[in-house]
Amino acid sequence: MSKFIYLVPLFPLIGFLINGLFRRRISKSFSGLIASAAVLASFVVSLLIFFEVKEENFQPVIATLFEFIHAGKLSIPFSFLVDPLSVLFLLIITGVGFLIHVYSTSYMQEENAPAYAKYFCYLNLFVFSMLLLVLGSNYVILYIGWEGVGFCSYLLIGYWFKNQEYSSAARKAFVMNRIGDFAFLIAIFALINQFGTASFGEIFQQAPKATTGLITMVTLLLFAGATAKSAQIPLYTWLPDAMVGPTPVSALIHAATMVTAGIYMVARSHVLYDLAPVSQTVVAITGLATAILAASIAIKQNDIKKVLAYSTVSQLGYMFLGLGVGAYTGAVFHVMTHAFFKALLFLGAGSVIHAMGGEQDIRKMGALKKYLPITHITFLLACLAIAGVPPFSGFFSKDEILAAAFVKNPLYYIIGVAGAMMTAFYMFRLYATTFLGKFRGTADQEHHLHESPAPITFPLIVLAILAVLGGFLGIPEIFAKNSHLLGHFLQPVFAGHENKVTESPVSVSTEWMLMGLSAGLAIIIVIFAWMRFSRKPELGEPAGFGKWLANKWYVDELYQAVIVKPLNAFADFLNRVVEKNVIDGMVNGAGRLVQYGSRQIRYLQSGQVGGYVLLMVLGIVILFVVQLFLRK
Amino acid sequence: MIPVLLIVIPLLAGLISFCLKDAAAKGWTLFASFITLGVSLIAIALPDESKQLAVNVAWLTTLNSRFSLSMDGLAKILCLLTALSFPVIFIGTWNEPYKKARNFFGLMMLSQAGLIGVFLASDALLFYFFWELALIPVYFLASQWGGEKRIPATFKFFVYTFLGSLMMLVAIIFISLHTRDHSFSIASFYSKGMISAHDQTWLFWLMFVAFAVKMPIFPFHTWQPDTYEQSTPAVTMVLSAIMVKMGLYGVLRWLAPVLPIGTYLWGDTISTMCIIGMIYASLTALVQDDLKRLLAYSSIAHVGLMCLAIFATTESGLQGVMIQLFNHGIIILGLWIVVYLIEKQFHTRKISELGGLAQKAPVLTTLLVILVLANIALPLTSGFIGEFLMFNGIYASQSTTYNVVFVVTAATTVFLAAIYMLRMVQRVFYGPANALTEKAIDIRMNEKIILAFIVALIVLIGVYPEPLFHLTRGAVESVLAKMYVKP
Repeated sequence: MSKFIYLVPLFPLIGFLINGLFRRRISKSFSGLIASAAVLASFVVSLLIFFEVKEENFQPVIATLFEFIHAGKLSIPFSFLVDPLSVLFLLIITGVGFLIHVYSTSYMQEENAPAYAKYFCYLNLFVFSMLLLVLGSNYVILYIGWEGVGFCSYLLIGYWFKNQEYSSAARKAFVMNRIGDFAFLIAIFALINQFGTASFGEIFQQAPKATTGLITMVTLLLFAGATAKSAQIPLYTWLPDAMVGPTPVSALIHAATMVTAGIYMVARSHVLYDLAPVSQTVVAITGLATAILAASIAIKQNDIKKVLAYSTVSQLGYMFLGLGVGAYTGAVFHVMTHAFFKALLFLGAGSVIHAMGGEQDIRKMGALKKYLPITHITFLLACLAIAGVPPFSGFFSKDEILAAAFVKNPLYYIIGVAGAMMTAFYMFRLYATTFLGKFRGTADQEHHLHESPAPITFPLIVLAILAVLGGFLGIPEIFAKNSHLLGHFLQPVFAGHENKVTESPVSVSTEWMLMGLSAGLAIIIVIFAWMRFSRKPELGEPAGFGKWLANKWYVDELYQAVIVKPLNAFADFLNRVVEKNVIDGMVNGAGRLVQYGSRQIRYLQSGQVGGYVLLMVLGIVILFVVQLFLRK
Repeated sequence: MIPVLLIVIPLLAGLISFCLKDAAAKGWTLFASFITLGVSLIAIALPDESKQLAVNVAWLTTLNSRFSLSMDGLAKILCLLTALSFPVIFIGTWNEPYKKARNFFGLMMLSQAGLIGVFLASDALLFYFFWELALIPVYFLASQWGGEKRIPATFKFFVYTFLGSLMMLVAIIFISLHTRDHSFSIASFYSKGMISAHDQTWLFWLMFVAFAVKMPIFPFHTWQPDTYEQSTPAVTMVLSAIMVKMGLYGVLRWLAPVLPIGTYLWGDTISTMCIIGMIYASLTALVQDDLKRLLAYSSIAHVGLMCLAIFATTESGLQGVMIQLFNHGIIILGLWIVVYLIEKQFHTRKISELGGLAQKAPVLTTLLVILVLANIALPLTSGFIGEFLMFNGIYASQSTTYNVVFVVTAATTVFLAAIYMLRMVQRVFYGPANALTEKAIDIRMNEKIILAFIVALIVLIGVYPEPLFHLTRGAVESVLAKMYVKP
């Protein structure tokens, strides 16, 4: 089956072409159907391939389609790699992707037919690019997908392009990602230059022979690429702004899939990171710092999507912490559970926003519990999952990362748990303010409150089931032997790390204690936030330190003042002063000198330099032509 | 025989056009340009060694110069670009009225003849002859048709390029006097050991300035934004899609292999100039309000990268340059056509006066966005292949110790280009429509066909570039073999 791997990206590509080329001629129901069916077809093929890969004696398959770049000694095939890691991502992308396509068919109903088709065209193109990203068997194919998803994200953030603010957010996302791509590209050149190839297999095989300095440089550059795509310090500020895109897009691209591309890339390159301890430390500390910073900002946000956006940034930070401490399986596990519960949270938020007639400010909501029963219960389950309450999925994956962090450095663990407590706090602040208490919107809004239709509630229910049960794929070994199914599935990929996957790195009693501590604290915070915000939600404007948090530590303003403004001023200086006066001035000065000289001898000549030069050239040309015909 | 046809067909077509009625000239030259395209397609299908592709007859016998033409991969890909560009330009600007149309179209065809001659000549004096021949019709085209300030702009352009050319002529004569047989043939120019390292160091600059002006390389570039801005669209397209390539071609054919030691010794200096130019042009592009000037600066940045990649002296870099010569020409043609369509409809090129075009002209917007993506080298567009190979080649360069510094500084244009191009897209196409763009109409059939063709070519090459590699592989090897690579 894995030789049909090309079908997986092919279906969304076809969906993209149909919706793109015929968007003026097809009906809305047809375009939604085509787009969803394309992703469903990819999911089915991925599932079939999954069953093959799951077999005990499966060997990774490389399927080459054609030679992409062949220049001199450099050969870069357009080829796909089928192994447990790529297949797991295939399932997440096409599975969650399909649900979000179904959700979108209803959510985007207000758009007219061509715009509706355009939306699905972009969404299919995104899925195609994301599949290329995880399927590529070398860094160049990965990079194609990497840039492709960035571009689709640009298109979808700026989907409502009439609004300049939205277009600016889209542009900001693309440019910040390009800064990361710049680092990624240089890493690729360094790898090609060192190993003569961009293929994963060959590079990883030869990597131990390279110097640590080179590997450290490459891994740091790759990570710099990942900080843009996966919204880490210092390149995270585009993601919260990206929330101006349609909500299903936020769920698919800016929560479940694209932003985890950085995690995938580092996990895929784990052989290199293992050889560069310095880079691992940088990854871990950046991840941890981002997790804390974003969580602190989320505490004071009042836009339902902004809270979720900062939460995503924070959760991605945890995944990088996992990667940095060598818990690759844990990080990938968290990618999966996060895809479930965060997609669910965003889709739930979309359902709320729809019901509220476009309102996103949670201060104007409240008491939605009784109006949106399905949205409410699924949202609650997702909140429990992300807060790390056992036995919901987030508990297991976060715990695995935190346990590994403890082994590496107990301080990582303590800070990580502090971040987890903040997570529980802001999520239940969000939940309680939105769904509990009294309704604070207008009477008109209250009159229109309604539960969303089936295409919206169906994905919510499926994702809720996954968010609740997903954690059981990775039950720690201390509960039962061989219960970490995901760990066993991924074992061939992270072969050197089997100890960390299946066996507890710390003593059983310590692990029980750590687990109990983080779970206990999470539950306490959940109860506290629930009580506090259901009774007395924060309705005013924040003051004091809260104002710093509400204003996101003023990082955007800092970037604006330190980078954007000086760059523009410098460019303006170059254009107005250097270009017009200095360089052109020199040229014109030379020209004037010639004209001055020619004026002095104009009694002999007519003084038209241009005319002379032209005559001279004509003369030369005529001489040559005459010679050609008069030759002996 | 084929090289002669490639020059004579446009030459005759141009001369005939002068004698036609204004109304007939347009159709006639389009027809002739298709014939040229057909012949050039035959030429690229033939193997490099084919006798059909070489001509060598006596010419200036007293000077020991022969009328010799030949076509290798480099000549083929540039001929193809030239032959393809003219029909594209004619169709893209089909609805543009010209005063004295027969003269306009006649001169266009003459410039095509000159340009193809430049790429085919394998005798240095003949090369110089065509180099100037191509300039004359373009001079008239730029000075007789175009904006109000065209005369000073063209004057600047002409003086610049002509001074460069004169310096090149001196260098060519000097080199030919030092060849063993005192000839101008390319084989003699390529023979090693005839010019001392010392002479190569100053000869290099005589040649390089001529080519640097044409490309143009910072700080020889100020003629370009002015000339592009003032020229009529069809002429701007010829200038930026093809004439810019003359400079790069000159370095690849007549400088780097002829003066390998001079090229090597000045490599770091030129590379630094290229990088300063790339960043300078990219930053200047950030604040342009005129679409034509924006594209001019963008083009300067791209050409700087190509020049830099030549001086890196690597297989990957040269391969990247050769296919980028073609791809850049095609991409920039598409962008110029879009600018032309905007200016024709709204009578302005000012970014600040436009806005919201995407609502009224969705087809144009889609096509433009793909062109922009190719211009900023997004993967799966043709722009990516060349840029990727060039950067990779610069990184791998053995001819400098600063290769990593070069690639890191040059690659900042990866995101600078995204900033200025997307800023333009946002301000011109997105946002609300204003009073001016409220009544915008989408593009016509001929424009749609030609832009769709360009976009299809961009995607096709971006996904499967092998045909272009196949065409130029031999030329890459032969240029590299003649360049100086540190042992």
